[in-house]
Amino acid sequence: MATAPADTVMRTVDGTPLKVSLRRAMRRRKLAALGLVMPLFVFILFSFILPIADMLFRSVENPQVVTIMPETTAALQGWDGNEVPDEAVFAALVADLVAGSESREIGKVATRLNYEISGMRGLIMKSARRADRLEAPYREALIDLDKDWNDISVWKLIQREGAPFTASYYLSAIDMRYDDSGEIAAQPTDRQIYVTLFLRTLWISLLITFMTLLLGFPVAYLLATLPLKYSNLLMIMVLLPFWTSLLVRTTSWIAMLQQQGVLNDLLVWSGLVSDDGRLELMHNQTGTVVAMTHILLPFMVLPLYSVMRTISPSFMRAAQSLGAPRFLAFWRVYAPLTLPGVGAGAILVFILAIGYYITPALVGGTSGQLISNFIAYHMQSSLNWGLAAALGSILLSCVLLLYYIYNRIVGIENMKLG
Amino acid sequence: MIPGKHSIAIAASILALSATAASAADVELNVVSWGGAYTRSQLNAYQKPYMAEHPEVQLNSVDYSGGLAEVRAQSEAGNVTWDLVDTLLADAITGCDEGLFMPIDVDTDLDPAPDGTPASEDFLEGTLLSECFIPQIIYSTAFAYRTDAFQNGEQPSTMADVFDLEKFPGKRTLQKSPINNLEWALIADGVPVDEVYDVLDTPEGKDRAFAKLDSIKGDVIWWTEGAVPAQLLADGEVVFGTGYNGRLFAAIEEEGQPLAMIWDGQAMDIDGWAIPADGSNIEEVKKFLRFATDTQRLADQAKWISYGPARKSSLPLVDKHAELGIDMGPHMPTRYADQGFLIDFEWWADNKDAMNERFNSWLARS
Repeated sequence: MATAPADTVMRTVDGTPLKVSLRRAMRRRKLAALGLVMPLFVFILFSFILPIADMLFRSVENPQVVTIMPETTAALQGWDGNEVPDEAVFAALVADLVAGSESREIGKVATRLNYEISGMRGLIMKSARRADRLEAPYREALIDLDKDWNDISVWKLIQREGAPFTASYYLSAIDMRYDDSGEIAAQPTDRQIYVTLFLRTLWISLLITFMTLLLGFPVAYLLATLPLKYSNLLMIMVLLPFWTSLLVRTTSWIAMLQQQGVLNDLLVWSGLVSDDGRLELMHNQTGTVVAMTHILLPFMVLPLYSVMRTISPSFMRAAQSLGAPRFLAFWRVYAPLTLPGVGAGAILVFILAIGYYITPALVGGTSGQLISNFIAYHMQSSLNWGLAAALGSILLSCVLLLYYIYNRIVGIENMKLG
Repeated sequence: MIPGKHSIAIAASILALSATAASAADVELNVVSWGGAYTRSQLNAYQKPYMAEHPEVQLNSVDYSGGLAEVRAQSEAGNVTWDLVDTLLADAITGCDEGLFMPIDVDTDLDPAPDGTPASEDFLEGTLLSECFIPQIIYSTAFAYRTDAFQNGEQPSTMADVFDLEKFPGKRTLQKSPINNLEWALIADGVPVDEVYDVLDTPEGKDRAFAKLDSIKGDVIWWTEGAVPAQLLADGEVVFGTGYNGRLFAAIEEEGQPLAMIWDGQAMDIDGWAIPADGSNIEEVKKFLRFATDTQRLADQAKWISYGPARKSSLPLVDKHAELGIDMGPHMPTRYADQGFLIDFEWWADNKDAMNERFNSWLARS
């Protein structure tokens, strides 16, 4: 009755309890698994997660005014914003300008403020160049130098952008701004652009996804059902463009689509259009849609193919033998079975399309430009990295939101990549 | 343990190899420029002769597509690897303001002209506009047209002709940027060349420029890459196109395309050198800069590409094209300076953010 508990415990040959031994073995395995995953995890951390965090941070950070003009920022804390500030604020400004031009950093403030009001760059740089020769009373001296210092909206701008974080990049990214009195208002209509671009990007991406499905479905079906010797050839024809450089493919589309290009020449030669009436097939949305549909087509065909190959032909035969006409059998039996492939292809193509920028830049003219073209423009040309980060963050949230909706409707577990 | 020994041996031999490579050149400088024919002209005129004189210096050529993005990224990361950058004046001004480029003293860091004129007086008036920027060439953006496009009747010769769709129908290609296009619209609308920026500074002037651009908008293909306009002209896709005059020269003289230049209203711009601040080889870079910006070297570059040297003393030395044997004088934009204008960088520095937004928004509305 008083059996020693030790006897009920199962032990391995060397006498350690099985539980402990098993735990040890599991721990070793977990460590090995962790070790194998580690390189990928570190890679993703540095190439993906940290850059995204940096982008999100850049879209709101606003260090220029507060760090380079600390005295002015401090002096403006108590300013009520009803009239031009007093001498103390002007003296602080002159001190900041002198220090800023010595450290050669004042240009950053000038660039930052010029994003908000045109001409601020000139005002700051001009004043900074002459600041060390100014004498008290500074208020008169500065207003004498440039009457813009007598403008309340200039001071309101400096006060507002003196905060270490700002919403103004996000406002710009949705065609809004702070007006002269500091209220949030819509941009003047002749400067609105980004909302249209976001909508256009969504629309074109959806259109391209639909087009690749329309064109890719029959190809994938043939690939999956043809005898091997034909399907291999077809597979090569799908993969060959896929392995060709993106720029080569885009440039070939230019040669095809332009007004003196192959397609137009053929149409004129066949008499379908007159020589004066050559079609405009690129430098517009048509060009973007055609070229991107072609370039993204393999991303639709390959997942569809891998799903279709697993569908047994006997299903169709069974349906037909039970009396379904060929089309009904296809529609009610075959098509639903391909849905995981359609889901995978659609989300791949859509997410690639929404961030595409080289192809639209080359064939899209003006009406075929997407939001990524403007993100690239603000990164490379205008150097307004804050605005680029805000546009990128909005695009990222759009994709996440759409992914969430997609998951609710289609269900991500129904997706099959291969 | 055997693999370990192997890899040590390999590492040692790699180290030994890199050591011999390093001893061949004591100093390595990364010189950044635009690539293509332009970099080739610089290699021929500057880098090759310099390395022949100074075997201890290795000048690496790096290509980029302009702008300050890389320079700013290197500066923010605290890892400046570019030693000398060929840049546009407008970018040099911005970079100088932001402390990305270092100031250069023109008279102490550069050689005087052969007759002793100090460098600060030898460079063309209005080109030494930033203390961080040494002018190298004057180039222009101008129109070219297809000579076979308008067979019956006259050929275009003025900016007004370019904007005249009745007299000269067909597509045009313009750079996708408000810079130059707004100025040209005003010139075509009858504003004298020297009053362009006064008019453009007023709200009415801006409206007027956009209204004039509106009148040809439906017939414009916009380019962003410098190689595109010459290609569009060669393919017959457009009958007029703006382009950098060096690229157009190559299309006309080297490739023999049926094109001709319209120098009227040419927009002149300056390209030159800037030294990124916080580089590790400042003294060596300055030595090369002194060599590459002297009178003879600037004139030599014009043998390889049709851009005008920025020194007055270089102009008389401009010779024939090194390969084609054409007299390069008539292909220098500086020869037609009175027909065009120099881009007002201060005005654009202040207005570019707002004008870019307005221009992009204008483009997006069809």
